[in-house]
Amino acid sequence: MKVEDFDMFSTMLKQRSGLVLSRDKAYLLESRLMPVARKWNMKGLDELAVAIRTRREEALLRDITEAMTTNESSFFRDQKPFDQFRDVVLPMMLAKRAARRSIRIWSAACSSGQEGYSLAIMLLEQGAKLDGWRFEIVGTDLSSEMVEKAKAGIYTQFEVQRGLPITQLVKYFKQVGDKWQINDKIRQMVTFREYNLLTDLTPLGQFDVVFCRNVLIYFDQPTKGKVLESIAKLMPTDGVLYLGGAETVLGITERFKPMDNQRGLYVVNQPAGAQAPRAAVG
Amino acid sequence: MKSCLVVDDSRVVRKVARKILEELHFACSEAEDGRQAMEACAREMPHAILLDWNMPVMTGIEFLRRLRKMSGGDAPKVVFCTTENDLAHIQEALSAGANEYIMKPFDSDIIQTKFAQVGLI
Ligand SMILES: C[S@@+](CC[C@H](N)C(=O)[O-])C[C@H]1O[C@@H](n2cnc3c(N)ncnc32)[C@H](O)[C@@H]1O
Repeated sequence: MKVEDFDMFSTMLKQRSGLVLSRDKAYLLESRLMPVARKWNMKGLDELAVAIRTRREEALLRDITEAMTTNESSFFRDQKPFDQFRDVVLPMMLAKRAARRSIRIWSAACSSGQEGYSLAIMLLEQGAKLDGWRFEIVGTDLSSEMVEKAKAGIYTQFEVQRGLPITQLVKYFKQVGDKWQINDKIRQMVTFREYNLLTDLTPLGQFDVVFCRNVLIYFDQPTKGKVLESIAKLMPTDGVLYLGGAETVLGITERFKPMDNQRGLYVVNQPAGAQAPRAAVG
Repeated sequence: MKSCLVVDDSRVVRKVARKILEELHFACSEAEDGRQAMEACAREMPHAILLDWNMPVMTGIEFLRRLRKMSGGDAPKVVFCTTENDLAHIQEALSAGANEYIMKPFDSDIIQTKFAQVGLI
């Protein structure tokens, strides 16, 4: 690929989705954009590059942006965060929201929806304890294809075997051909919509718990900071943020700080001045 | 080190499963059908059993029902691993006392998460 083409693709991707592509990842462009070129009846990436320069057609730019996302996810991914949700975050929120009896949860960058559905299953498994409570789970993703897949709630045999205990497969899914569809009860607990984390997030409303896992890793530091800061604006001062195993707020933003003794969980930092001086960490 | 009995009539499947399980630090032994598995369990109960369904001599489900009636037979965690991939089979396996269920084809990720879910890892 021509250097100027690579630069054009990577600049465009960074602007539209935050994705940072280093030059050694040029092969990723080739492998993921060939299907897009074919769909648009073009021979290859050269032609695609010309089309972008000359037409800047939104639908084409979208297809390219979506094709470059990595949509890897699984039910109860990494398990531990979900155990922490059941054992730490949920009891804490139930205590704090006792008057309102409603809790809003956001799966930001939800991919094909497993994170939101895992939370819904976990909530249902709590049984009568949650009677009278209202839970709203919202999943958002940049990719329209992923949002459609999440809404349908249909997964391959391979996908339902990664992370989902067999008893829950039996309890919450029905078999459709060689695939598995999550039942209506669970599906109704989660709503999905397309949303770009780089845009104004305020229309999404406030969230008590935010899962923003395995998406910041694709961004550069300033973009990570910007996204974390706009997420912080959607959270009450007692809200809880989840990041992925390879992600942190440290050195990126002051709006969050790690939750004591809970790896991967972050709480909203009170504005400087309101906060007592902390002992030096690390 | 925990022990795992791999029960499958296909030598290839046993070999693949064994390799994955050994990487997860299980001491593996093998059986080609339900009867051989019964004999192995009568000698010594393994911690885990990875169990195919369709096998000559004695099927996996028949073995499981007998195992659960043996003395000490409620101890092993039994994970089915079979091409039977419909709800009816899964339910039958669970009510016969299976702890987990893998639908073939499988990979090391699936074995690992399933074994973790039943507390073997
Ligand atoms: C690896 S998946 C993570 C899925 C899930 N959160 C998990 O941890 O399993 C990353 C997702 O982030 C989405 N994504 C990437 N850039 C985004 C952006 N700027 N706004 C919203 N979603 C984005 C991708 O479409 C992809 O589905």
